[in-house]
Amino acid sequence: MSVADDLMKSSCEWLRGKGEACEIVMSSRTRLARNIQGFPFPHRISKTDAEEVITIAESALKQSPCFKGSFFLRQRELTLLDRQFLLERHLISREHAGARGPVAACVTRNEIAGVMILEEDHLRIQVIESGLNLTEAWRVIDGIDSSLESVLSYAFHPSLGYLTACPTNVGTGLRASCMMHLPALVMTKQAAKILQAISKLNLAARGMYGEGTEATGNLFQISNQMTLGQSEAEILDSLERVIRQIIEHEKEARQVLVTKRKDKLEDQIWRALGALKTARLISSKETMSLLSLVRLGMDLGLIAQLERTKLNELFMKIQPSHLQKVTGKSLSSSERDFERAKLLRQELNSVSFS
Amino acid sequence: MQCNLCGTAEATIHLTEIVNNQILELHLCENCANEKDGGLKMQFSFNDLLTGLSDFSSLKTSEKKEIAKCSSCGLTYEEFSKTGRLGCADCYQSFGKILFPLIKRVQKGTQHVGKRPAAVQTSLGLQTDLRTLRDKLRKSILAEEFEEAARIRDQIKQVEAQVPKKNARKQDKGA
Repeated sequence: MSVADDLMKSSCEWLRGKGEACEIVMSSRTRLARNIQGFPFPHRISKTDAEEVITIAESALKQSPCFKGSFFLRQRELTLLDRQFLLERHLISREHAGARGPVAACVTRNEIAGVMILEEDHLRIQVIESGLNLTEAWRVIDGIDSSLESVLSYAFHPSLGYLTACPTNVGTGLRASCMMHLPALVMTKQAAKILQAISKLNLAARGMYGEGTEATGNLFQISNQMTLGQSEAEILDSLERVIRQIIEHEKEARQVLVTKRKDKLEDQIWRALGALKTARLISSKETMSLLSLVRLGMDLGLIAQLERTKLNELFMKIQPSHLQKVTGKSLSSSERDFERAKLLRQELNSVSFS
Repeated sequence: MQCNLCGTAEATIHLTEIVNNQILELHLCENCANEKDGGLKMQFSFNDLLTGLSDFSSLKTSEKKEIAKCSSCGLTYEEFSKTGRLGCADCYQSFGKILFPLIKRVQKGTQHVGKRPAAVQTSLGLQTDLRTLRDKLRKSILAEEFEEAARIRDQIKQVEAQVPKKNARKQDKGA
């Protein structure tokens, strides 16, 4: 049985929909880029050196209390489907999933913390928490980093900080982000304006699966762009301030929709639930946008009988490799559309129209 | 004008972007532009913009030669400008001349003010101690206070013994 099957049985801690502002901020994430001194960066590394880095990292992780009992996955032990599955669970990146050379990953059982080994940098440590909780996401990752650092010798420069493969990560190596669900800002056509303003504040907005992905299901990842010249606390603080402002804007937009466009809004939400409960064939893109409406309906108190955790999980369960894991066989795109519709009908069976 | 990516063909596509309050221009030939994203409506990744920011083309030929290759890992500047990724930690020193102005433009500052590895932290502290002690030693010798000088010399020896060898080397590597 593969690790993916193991993880499939449990649900990710960060999807449980708890924590501050969890109706708008789905999750908070921190990531640290670190390199081990004396080895070329991953894209210039030889196969032998790569294997050595993996061994060094594995032994360091085994000693770290945070990774006690965690899964250590070597790429050669993973099928393509498993890697796609880990990608959909945000445990590895698109680049890491498609890597050809030897790479590895380490994931804790509750899926809060993970390390990608030999992605763009030797180590990419990440921590994901539910809701708006950058403080905790930083506290945990800082602890992991310190515990690894006591056994590893990081590439560090007195004035440039932690050295990374790309100069855009040098310094703290910290990328902090929040995954935000912003349906009302999209509906009131303010999202583009806000996202533009964000880039002026040196923050970046991306789709659900990171760099270069489209924002489906009205989910946006907002993150810091700069890593050098500011302390970690300053980076997190300025990001959190902006996140809080966006939360307020989204709340206001929801209020506007409820007071001025109530009928149209309710029509859209109920139709979305109707489509999800009755469809026989449905693409992941369509599902995402309909689930987004149902989520909004739940936040506004229209749709009861649905748990937030369950709904959050659906955003992931309907992704291609999760569907194939559930059905236990490889599926073509049209077969997936059929299985996806079936899964949605089952999962939303108890939710009634009222 | 030559294309920023291949450096050979004539650039016919000119893009302007504002990053960090700096106007940055990217000049591409049609081939490279098509290869990038198969059309004009392309989304440029941050890496492209980053290398577009560099002042490499404005350097003198002798300077270009000097920083053309990293002595540690063999990465050429040309390769870096294509991928936006450095080959090893020493590349920061090898390409320092071109990299520092670039980092200055894409980052908030050029001095790291965040977390430091504990080992570096202590060794940095010791380095500062050493500097102060050596300063004192020089002064006491100048003042011909030889007893004091001998005492300070012993102190320096003690501190030097505490500096971990590995980290001392890392300090020297600094660009």
